[in-house]
Amino acid sequence: MLVIACVKQVPDTTQVKIDPDTGTLIREGVPFIANPYDTNALEESLRLKDKYGFRAVVISMGPPNTVVTLRKALALGTDRAVLLSDRVYGGADTLATSFVLAEAIKRLAQEEEVAMVICGKQTIDGDTAQVGPGIATRLNYSQLTLVDQILNVDLKAKKVKVRRKLEGRHEIVEAPLPAMIAVVREINRPRYPTVPMRLKSEITDVSIWDNKFMNLPEELVGLKGSPTLVRKIFSPQRAKGEILGDGANMPKEAAHLLIDTLIQKDILAV
Amino acid sequence: MNPVSDLGAVGYILFWGLTALAAGVFLFRGYQLFRLISLGRRSEKFGHLVKRAFTALGHVIIQKCQFKNITRKDRGGVSHLFIAWGFLFFVTYYFFFIIIASGFGISDVMEKTKIYGYYTWVMDFVAPFIVIGTLWAIIRRYIVKPARLKGQQTAEALIILITVLIHPITHVGKIATQIAAGHPPAGLGILTPALSTAVSHLYTNAATIAKWHSFWFWSHWVFVLVVLGMIAYTRYLHIIAGALNDLLRRTPPKGTPERIDLNDPSSFGVDRVDNFAWKQLLDSVSCVVCGYCQEICPAAITGKKLNPRLVIRDIKTNMLKNGPFITKKQAPVLPLIGNDQEGSVPEEAIWACTTCGGCMEVCPVYIEHAWEIIDMRRHLVQMQAKFPDELLNLFENTEQRSNPWGIAPADRAKWASGIETKPFEAGKTEYLFYVGCAGAFDARNRHISLAIARILDAAGISWGILGKDELCCGDSLRRLGNEYVFDRIAKDNIKMFQDRGVKKIITECPHCFHTLKNDYHQYGADWEVIHHAEFIRGLIKEKRLKLNGNGDLGKVLIHDSCYLGRHNGIYEAPREVLAQAINHAPTEMKRSLNRSFCCGAGGGHMWMEENVGKRINHERVEEALKEDPRTICVCCPYCMTMFEDGIKDLKAGEKVQVLDLAEIVAQALQ
Repeated sequence: MLVIACVKQVPDTTQVKIDPDTGTLIREGVPFIANPYDTNALEESLRLKDKYGFRAVVISMGPPNTVVTLRKALALGTDRAVLLSDRVYGGADTLATSFVLAEAIKRLAQEEEVAMVICGKQTIDGDTAQVGPGIATRLNYSQLTLVDQILNVDLKAKKVKVRRKLEGRHEIVEAPLPAMIAVVREINRPRYPTVPMRLKSEITDVSIWDNKFMNLPEELVGLKGSPTLVRKIFSPQRAKGEILGDGANMPKEAAHLLIDTLIQKDILAV
Repeated sequence: MNPVSDLGAVGYILFWGLTALAAGVFLFRGYQLFRLISLGRRSEKFGHLVKRAFTALGHVIIQKCQFKNITRKDRGGVSHLFIAWGFLFFVTYYFFFIIIASGFGISDVMEKTKIYGYYTWVMDFVAPFIVIGTLWAIIRRYIVKPARLKGQQTAEALIILITVLIHPITHVGKIATQIAAGHPPAGLGILTPALSTAVSHLYTNAATIAKWHSFWFWSHWVFVLVVLGMIAYTRYLHIIAGALNDLLRRTPPKGTPERIDLNDPSSFGVDRVDNFAWKQLLDSVSCVVCGYCQEICPAAITGKKLNPRLVIRDIKTNMLKNGPFITKKQAPVLPLIGNDQEGSVPEEAIWACTTCGGCMEVCPVYIEHAWEIIDMRRHLVQMQAKFPDELLNLFENTEQRSNPWGIAPADRAKWASGIETKPFEAGKTEYLFYVGCAGAFDARNRHISLAIARILDAAGISWGILGKDELCCGDSLRRLGNEYVFDRIAKDNIKMFQDRGVKKIITECPHCFHTLKNDYHQYGADWEVIHHAEFIRGLIKEKRLKLNGNGDLGKVLIHDSCYLGRHNGIYEAPREVLAQAINHAPTEMKRSLNRSFCCGAGGGHMWMEENVGKRINHERVEEALKEDPRTICVCCPYCMTMFEDGIKDLKAGEKVQVLDLAEIVAQALQ
């Protein structure tokens, strides 16, 4: 059985600057990294491999240099890496991306049964958290989001039990396999590659599937298949705050003043 | 007189038979150990064997091993001097006047020579010193029991000391009876003639005296042979292995582990004793269990699991235990890395080393503890990806963003945003100021970078920086065993320096200094690297800098950084500069110069938690505070952080400030 980790290569956002004139990202010279949430997804897929003997596959859609990130996944112990790369896939939003990824997973499923697809909760460049759920919906897999612990996989009954991390509480959920699991960063601590694995990964093939191979209708992929249009990217101007009252000497009065002001500004409701 | 020929053929058979037996035992064990040591992989090449031989011999004769450790607090080495020097005389005596003279039946001829007479006289003088030295050693070990010898009151040590004691006694007995029998050597002995008079009073019968002479001769020689056999099996071995270890020791650069071949999968690290280099295995059998290393080790002193002496002991035990299996191509039975069992090095101990080099500095037989520890770290990191949790971020950050904190490389030149700097360009700028990660990113250490920039400008130096292109030097990664990533960093740096025509480099941090200079030297780099302390000293000497020698710094205490001092021998430069800047010599700490005490940040410990025992920086700061300074002068960004943190923890911030040498100089600029 397969466990598939979906990984995206993203610009290292701590190093991204926005061009103040055009409002677009200055990508020049910015190094690419694996989306941090996806490193946890990858790690979880490897832990499932270690525990249940799944074959671990990593897939990604992106430009050809994504191979670097996929090789790192191989160095960590993933058995197979697939890169979906074609010019027509460029400029995809979450709808088009989840379509291509779901189609690729279907192809993998033809070769071997898929138990789980593991995604990171969101990416640090788009921050939408939509691709994982998109894949689940398209493939009709159980959709388990915000997972911080995979409690049990019952291969006989084909069920998975997970813990979801919600605001102020946890939820324990059981769902039938196959399932798409979107993980939060707390789920694990990614491992570090050993040198022999690094060296091995350098000579392991990464399968590159272009659209000639995938044979998907061009109007459903890439920019053409993406209803989302980016109008403008900008850092919101933050109005300077103000100091209310005299907190040092009259804390009670200052607190009242603060609450009243927040109610007035419709931030707090009575 | 020759008690051998006196017995006729039986005498010769007995003499040579016993001698051959002892030599056989010695050679058998020697061969066994040679086979075990040859299990190790190849060591780095070394040349100049003749020169080395003379150096090693010189070291043995002058007993350099002891002189580096005799301190006001620990005079144990003096007893060793008495014994070892005496022993050298005795060995010569055995060879000429027993093996050749008695063994070949020519003692009557040889004993008439003047040389024999003089030598016997010298021996008369030497023998009491051995007795004194040995009694001193026995009293120290079994009655005084200094901390260094804790738990070392073993039977083995006692037997060795007693056999040492018997030598001069039986020798003196032999000579005294020889004189009493009317065969005095031509010479001016004092002790043996006096004793011979006593013998003559006791026994008047010449035959009885001859019997006694025979008794002393044989018992003396038997003890010599017993010791010969013991050398191979007991700690006596250090006489040979220690000298060999000196002879074959790695050539400088000091303070740098061996470079490994990343194309050879068997060399990614050590988890089996036969993965060590043979030189490292020779290290393990050289150990004489003196305990000097554990007395200087910051980890051992502050209650960590590491004791450098035990690491070496464990390697030896492991080799002796697993060796026979490995020789037969069978799996080892005792893991090298693992548990608390003797012969296994605990992982916790492997991670506790700060690579301060104290152990290697004091080791009388030139054992290189730290690099053996790093070889085991290499295995844990590179083969098992097993290391303390907090290091994951360090490894990832350094690999991805080329700095330990993972700060955006674009921010590297931010420290200089308020001043004017030039980018380094060959031909336009003479020196590259390699700022280093701490100097570029750490808020406190940025002040040091600014101070250095001010000094360079004041002296009219033509210098430039690499700005955001500067990369981490990789020191911490290498010393934490991550050789693979270090290798890439080193190659990237070397390529960049070569492409840009860098020839002279000034560093802020002793770790960068050491890495660029010595570690990269293993990659063929041969640029000039200068730490700012030395560079400033040069500027003052050339009168390019004028210091006013005042400054409101109060009592200034100096701390030696391990990678400047012990690993590179730079002790004087910071002291001279400081003396110029403050107009008087700085105050020394109790542990200073080559016996300085680590701040606790070396060997990658800057990035590690310290949860066991006392914090190393607390130990050092407490020591500093005893001198009641107003200012503590450091020369290293890591020391800066460790001292400032320690002072904060000990709530001494109001009394004491920590300044880098460069900051003190910048303040004193006229």
